[in-house]
Amino acid sequence: MKIGGHDWPLEPFGKHIWRGRMESGQLLAWVRAVREEGGQLVALWGSDDRHLDGGFGIHAACLTSAGLVWMSSDLPADAPRYPDLAHIFPQAGRMQRAVYDLLGIQAIDAVDTRKWLRHDAWAENEFPLRRDFSGHSPAPLAHDTYPFIRVEGEGVHEIAVGPIHAGTIEPGHFRFSVIGERVLRLEQRSGYAHKGTEKRFEGMDLATGARLAGRVSGDSHSAYVWAYCMAVEAATASTVPQRGIWMRALFLEIERIANHLGDLGGLGNDVALSFGLMQFWRLKEDWLRLAARLFGHRYLFDCMVPGGVAVDIDDPGKAELIGLSHRIETEIRQLKAIYDEHATLQDRFAHTGVCQPELAAQLGLTGLAGRASAQAWDARVQFPQEPYEQLNVSMATQRGGDVLARAEVRFSELHESLRLVRDILLRMPAGALHAPLAAVSASCEGLGWVEGWRREVIVAVRIGRDGRLDRVHPHDPSWRNWPLVEVGMPGNIVADFPLINKSFNLSYSGPDL
Amino acid sequence: MPTPLILYKIFKAGRVSEAPPEADLSLRTRVQTLHADILKVFGQALAIRHIDAGSCNGCELEIHALNGPHYNLDGRGVKFVASPRHADLLLVTGPLSRNMETALNRAYDATPEPKWVVAMGDCGCSGGLFGESYATRGKVSSVIPVDVEVPGCPPTPIALLQGILAAVSPAGGNTTDPDAPGRANE
Repeated sequence: MKIGGHDWPLEPFGKHIWRGRMESGQLLAWVRAVREEGGQLVALWGSDDRHLDGGFGIHAACLTSAGLVWMSSDLPADAPRYPDLAHIFPQAGRMQRAVYDLLGIQAIDAVDTRKWLRHDAWAENEFPLRRDFSGHSPAPLAHDTYPFIRVEGEGVHEIAVGPIHAGTIEPGHFRFSVIGERVLRLEQRSGYAHKGTEKRFEGMDLATGARLAGRVSGDSHSAYVWAYCMAVEAATASTVPQRGIWMRALFLEIERIANHLGDLGGLGNDVALSFGLMQFWRLKEDWLRLAARLFGHRYLFDCMVPGGVAVDIDDPGKAELIGLSHRIETEIRQLKAIYDEHATLQDRFAHTGVCQPELAAQLGLTGLAGRASAQAWDARVQFPQEPYEQLNVSMATQRGGDVLARAEVRFSELHESLRLVRDILLRMPAGALHAPLAAVSASCEGLGWVEGWRREVIVAVRIGRDGRLDRVHPHDPSWRNWPLVEVGMPGNIVADFPLINKSFNLSYSGPDL
Repeated sequence: MPTPLILYKIFKAGRVSEAPPEADLSLRTRVQTLHADILKVFGQALAIRHIDAGSCNGCELEIHALNGPHYNLDGRGVKFVASPRHADLLLVTGPLSRNMETALNRAYDATPEPKWVVAMGDCGCSGGLFGESYATRGKVSSVIPVDVEVPGCPPTPIALLQGILAAVSPAGGNTTDPDAPGRANE
């Protein structure tokens, strides 16, 4: 496989997914080649392979012209180290710090080596994802300190916000350095929602694993479960019936619509247009209630299972869903006209929280936020898995990179997803909903890759000989986008932070794991 | 000017607010400590501080939904506030991560007495799928006293409201009292 002008030994590992292994010394050349051809580093994680007669492993998933490549290197058990990748892909920085906190695998010559997921719940010399980690019972809380980068000078002061925020949002800490109202620098600290998810997967059966995967970031439930199932089905070489696959796409689009409706209301509310909040959330509630009535859960939790899906839709159900999709489409058109002409809203949205396309490309901004900054990536379009290759998804992009652009992308994607829901329903193949997974006799692995409403969710799975989960790494797109919130903030006023943050609407639980 | 469009839309959409559910006293885990006559005054304007102590954000989706037009919380005198110092009730989602333990304890201490705590979701009630581990303390009541537990993954807005109302209902569960919380402005 040729990437960045060089040949790399890659093996096909699924549709548009490739697998490669190399010496850790070659990793740098590999990610440089990816960068050269305009690719991105999507995920970085580690593994303890000592129980499999190895040492440790470092794994990078990169988006390339050929699709997604899962590259791995074995590292020695006594000194697990690999070259720093953050000087090529800055988004790797926090991932490298998390890999160290959880596994003690070190990035050589990394600039930022501060802790990331570790606060004070376990000691510096303990690594929870190592197999010999003993701290299953909570250790006493130590005193937690974290060296924020200080901005000094006349008139500069700090505003510390969180981990508990004023609104109903997830826990995280934001440190603003400001002069008057203007933000000079924003630094985020995360990890408050760290709940040992990856450790929890160890030894779990495959069905329970799907339920846990769906709770890595609840707002992206369907994206996570699908990615997990895709990985498990690839690992076990199992086939999913066509109807099951189409139902999964239906669930993914229903989830995208629910989230976009909620965000567009929230964005209105953040500029004091509570009318927008109430109207969009009325529509969202109607949507959720119909989902509950048709599929038994407002957010479709546990509707997808390894091997297929657990719930079906009948003809009256299809008609109801199509009917509501038409009504919502009409109403959001009316609401869009109001947002478009509302002077205050436009004034607050435009030129606020700008991420320039060049910066977005450099730092790997992804998903709907990336598409609002001219980063035209959508796995449903470029590297479609089944059934998206038959669905002809049209990608929404903007160039402005501001709150307005991110709202515009949501509007476009809403229309497209409502169309997709109808298209999927009309073309839904008949047949079984799920099939049993093939039996496992040896250790095996798989990767799932799904374009969720935020962006691609990746789940890497290794199953042990006993047929239970050995190592699972679920990767949230928010890993890559959070640093851009920091970058998009300077020059804006503190009061616009909730609006800017909402316009990205990133997950805390997803990357906190 | 979009004002006519806004007015037209409001007129067309009409009222979607629904009647509130009854309190579900079976969700109570602690005996009501406040006298009914105090509750009568106190409960009419309930201020809630939400604390995400490690949730997957599924419960937060439903807290948001509860603030939508179908549930008319403001109209019932129930509102979410920005600080524990303004709160009567803490609504806590979990599993309680160890990285949030200190913050939760501080928020609890900062909430003036008398106060209630509602633990929300399977994780907040029991630790859920995440359980107890090196990173979590599991259920919320392992760290602070909890008055009401609302299970569900996530609990629906109706179930959540039933739990919140249970927290501020008199000990005997006199939910037919026309002045009881949840009845204001009806």
